[in-house]
Amino acid sequence: MRPITTMRMTVSDEDLALAAANGDGQAFGSLLARHYDRLFALCYRLTGQRAEAEDLTQDICAALPAKLASYRRQSRVTTWLYRVAVNAAHDRRRRRATYMTASDGWGDWELARQDVAAQDRAQLDWLTAAMTRLNDDLRDTLALVLDDVTHAEAAEILGVSEGTISWRISEAKKRLRAIRTEEEAI
Amino acid sequence: MTSNNNEFDDLADLKSALASATPRPDPGARAAHLRLAQENFEKVYPASQGSADPSRLMSERPRGGVWQGVKEMLNTITTKGGLTVTTALVACGFLFLSPQGQELWRANAPVVNNLGPVADPVILPTPEADNAPLLNQTAEQESPVVALPETGGRALTDTLTETPREQAPLGETAGAEMSDSEIAAPPMPAAVAPTNQALTRMTAPMDGAQGYAQEFDGMVIGGIVAPGSMTDDSFIAPLPDTEAFANADDNPLKITAEAPVSTFSIDVDTAAYAVVRQSLNAGFLPNPEAVRVEEMINYFPYAYPAPEADGAPLLPTVSLFETPWNPNTQLLHIALQGEMPALADRPPLNLVFLIDTSGSMADANKLPLLKQSFRLMLDQLRPEDQVAIVEYAGFAGLVLQATAASERQTILNALQSLGAGGSTNGQGGLEQAYAVAESMAADGEVGRVILATDGDFNVGATGTDTLTDYIADKRDTGVYLSVLGFGRGNLDDATMQALAQNGNGTAAYIDTLNEAQKVLVDQLTGALFPIAGDVKVQIEFNPATVAEYRLIGYETRALNREDFNNDAVDAGELGAGHSVTAIYEITPVGSPAQRADPLRYGEAVAASESTDELGFLKLRWKEPGADESQLMTTPITVNTTVAGTEAQFAAAIAGFGQLLRGQDLYLGDWSYAEAIALANANRGEDDFGYRNEAVQLMRLAQSLTD
Repeated sequence: MRPITTMRMTVSDEDLALAAANGDGQAFGSLLARHYDRLFALCYRLTGQRAEAEDLTQDICAALPAKLASYRRQSRVTTWLYRVAVNAAHDRRRRRATYMTASDGWGDWELARQDVAAQDRAQLDWLTAAMTRLNDDLRDTLALVLDDVTHAEAAEILGVSEGTISWRISEAKKRLRAIRTEEEAI
Repeated sequence: MTSNNNEFDDLADLKSALASATPRPDPGARAAHLRLAQENFEKVYPASQGSADPSRLMSERPRGGVWQGVKEMLNTITTKGGLTVTTALVACGFLFLSPQGQELWRANAPVVNNLGPVADPVILPTPEADNAPLLNQTAEQESPVVALPETGGRALTDTLTETPREQAPLGETAGAEMSDSEIAAPPMPAAVAPTNQALTRMTAPMDGAQGYAQEFDGMVIGGIVAPGSMTDDSFIAPLPDTEAFANADDNPLKITAEAPVSTFSIDVDTAAYAVVRQSLNAGFLPNPEAVRVEEMINYFPYAYPAPEADGAPLLPTVSLFETPWNPNTQLLHIALQGEMPALADRPPLNLVFLIDTSGSMADANKLPLLKQSFRLMLDQLRPEDQVAIVEYAGFAGLVLQATAASERQTILNALQSLGAGGSTNGQGGLEQAYAVAESMAADGEVGRVILATDGDFNVGATGTDTLTDYIADKRDTGVYLSVLGFGRGNLDDATMQALAQNGNGTAAYIDTLNEAQKVLVDQLTGALFPIAGDVKVQIEFNPATVAEYRLIGYETRALNREDFNNDAVDAGELGAGHSVTAIYEITPVGSPAQRADPLRYGEAVAASESTDELGFLKLRWKEPGADESQLMTTPITVNTTVAGTEAQFAAAIAGFGQLLRGQDLYLGDWSYAEAIALANANRGEDDFGYRNEAVQLMRLAQSLTD
């Protein structure tokens, strides 16, 4: 017989979120701590700039308690959280009154690069070029899908159809291929 | 450099580049953000810090409570897995609740993998903590527990499988080692139904967060809702309600000498009355924010004098009588009656039902009631009318092409096929509905989108502003929008108001089939055929006769004085046969009820030549579809009239609404008892029993206030 004590029990995200929505501060703290890193990573991919990502994460953290009421059991917590994050990113871009911000972020890559001395410079150049070549929609979609979100969930998060997600991904691939072709021509 | 980037097919290069480029969060920032979140959480959920008064909720609360539930569970679950789960929950409780437990996981929490700088706090250092390395393996195995019944069969398993760092939801991953516990696990989350009408109602009158804190008082253990409460079928945790109501501060008392002109748009919505009724019937006083007095007054049909056949489409009737709640002031009662055109030759209707089928619509008083309501309405349509149905949840979809109303069965089948599920993409739905409406349009026909929703516009486009702009654009193309609200809990009254006001339509709230009968059958013609658009009212009071005045209600409908003559400024529509009532409380010059002292240094009021005039009433309206408005003016004399039954009843409702809003300042000792007496004495014909019902509601409110 397997000893009972090998079990490592914890609470699902969904239960934590419901408890938090019912006023349990500790549940909320655990939930956020659990997801903070993923959230930050997503914010980074959405903005392409460390400082922007930190500000965005802060916005989300500040607004999250009020948003808890909008959480519905039917959704996974991650789906809901990503939707909050994507919406917050959109709001932020709108507030800046320019859709260039995110591209600028990726354009400012050189600065960020210096923080990551060990990185391969060429690889980063390529990444910068790739991300700046994509518009907001494509970049948001990629940020999610490359974070292992399924197409169906990405569709729910972004409020578009699954077909649109698939189309965006293939479109993104097309553009990336174009970048590569250009590079090879040089 | 891209020699190794030969294939983009799977985006693998981009993915690995991103993964290696994404920095770790700064620990300082992380801590600061988490702290900020916690602070805000405490602002949003203040009651979570203390024990809240559990009054009123007690009767609905299941007996038994936590320990009873735990006992039951231990009695009923005897499998090894069951014991495993309960033991674990006790362990969790220990870890989260006791200082020692918290110390344990703060200090010693094992770092499960080297990707995250901070260990997941929910990983429990049980005595077998040396098993921690197993976590990576179990994380990747992604147990079948994930697909528990509560997930409704959605594809969950495919997203968390790739990287070890996804191991966070550990409870879901523990299954590899405790697969036999699956039998025990399902009841826990499954008992938490998303909504429960009875409880939602009960908690609605108080601050949402506080209400839920009450429910959970003593039941929440460190983020785990104690399993005992979960196994108790009768206890179902409600979600916080997210109702938002549009309202403004009460109209202030105006001093005639300073602001002699009052301007407002008519309001033919009735949603506020239905919300009030629903609250009272559920046993609590409505949120004062939800009470819009003018909507309560205008809920009732009044037998006002009708306009003559060939004259203006609307006729104002003015009466002046003593205020029921203050003998020293007078009520100026202004009634606008719209003409009732010959129904026989009404133009064909093109209706697009835009139906919210998001998950929140599943309640019995939402989608099912909506289907019944539309069945009722279908019988009112004529063969030449056309109906189309668009549903929206996560995505908008055309359910029924434009179909002649005579094909009743086709329409009913389409209605019946609707099911609730998914998120809410209001904007997508609206766009599609308008596109369908435009495709159906033909000369001389009336097009209208009827939006039926519980008010959640939480996905897709954005704020109310963008949405209302869009609707205002479409309004100018001749397609109007009416809004029907269903259900409570997340009724977004503010958004509904904004949509209907901008769509030149009415907003009604449907809580019962009776209300559906009123809105969609008895008054359907008025709701769908406007006879006058952009109806604005402006009154200039005569400072020689009126010292002070106050408009009762219409807080959300106030207009700027100059906008009265600006035809570009939108205002309310008057439907066929509808009437609109506005009531001012005025204080005559020299009355002891005057509240503000005259200014010592102000200019003495120039004695107007016409001291027999109380004021001057101006109306503006547009013929349907016209761009230029027409003006009607009439002086109001100081002679009081004998208030008719209709005006007296309207006054009683005005008093009732003010009592619900808590406007004690103006009402003095006047209370529900007086309101009941006044309304009871003025029930008039009351063919449909609406006024009788209003008196019942006053009695309910009285009993809840005592």
